[in-house]
Amino acid sequence: MKPTGYTLDATFAALADPTRRAILARLAAGDASVTELAKPFEMSQPAVSKHLKVLERAGLISRGREAQRRPRRLEPRPLAEATDWIERYRRIWEGNFKRLDAVLQEFTIRQKKTVHALLDEVKPKPKKRRTK
Amino acid sequence: MKQTAALKVTTPSERELVMTREFAAPRGMVFDALTKPELVQRWLLGPPGWTMPVCQIDLRVGGKYRYGWRNADGREMGMGGTFQEIVRPSRIVATEVYEDYWTGGETLVTTELVETSGKTTLSTTVRYASREARDAAIKMGATKGLEASYDRLEELLTA
Repeated sequence: MKPTGYTLDATFAALADPTRRAILARLAAGDASVTELAKPFEMSQPAVSKHLKVLERAGLISRGREAQRRPRRLEPRPLAEATDWIERYRRIWEGNFKRLDAVLQEFTIRQKKTVHALLDEVKPKPKKRRTK
Repeated sequence: MKQTAALKVTTPSERELVMTREFAAPRGMVFDALTKPELVQRWLLGPPGWTMPVCQIDLRVGGKYRYGWRNADGREMGMGGTFQEIVRPSRIVATEVYEDYWTGGETLVTTELVETSGKTTLSTTVRYASREARDAAIKMGATKGLEASYDRLEELLTA
């Protein structure tokens, strides 16, 4: 077994390309042959094959046994390792940013109050007029 | 008016991690909340149970900052770095290094603030110095086991 970092490196390199991410998204919905994968992308089969090779080397996909179609299949494990890390990161920062929201909201309210206080000072005082 | 903005986390390259989030406030305000210690201490707390008793920020190019956290059972964690670029209220570039052995190196953190009709989009790019540093960051939280959730995959793939 290779250490986690090694696999992740290839995973991230493979994921850096939008076409490859789209191919994986398609495979998440089910296995597909090269021809089927090439269709939605306006790309030649050799171009798609190149992307598939990168994904395969990263361990993100595998090939089915069916001789003719050789359907590609998503291998979820390396992706899960990558998403697991991102997920942890996201959880921590979601918490931080929610608290930041609260700080900013308090600011906005306080600022509005200050503006209102200033306006009140500038405004002629209707109460005094009424008492006269 | 109240809406929860979604935090987006992407990995545009093997050494970078980008977080994007919108805030319902003008960017001057967000900039303050990111750089004034008394405000930072109120939100930059990390996982539940942690407080931030130390927060020193010398906001100038070449100036240093230091953050110190403590959790309920007395564990402590520290982090700090040097400011490399400050453009108020739109950009901050700073180095970042954890004081413990397990993170394996310095990262370069670029914070950008873009304001559109009173709202601010904050984007933070964390650039790891090396593959080793990133791997250390990945191992930091020690995974309990892998759950291949297709929902999460979908999220990452469509990011």
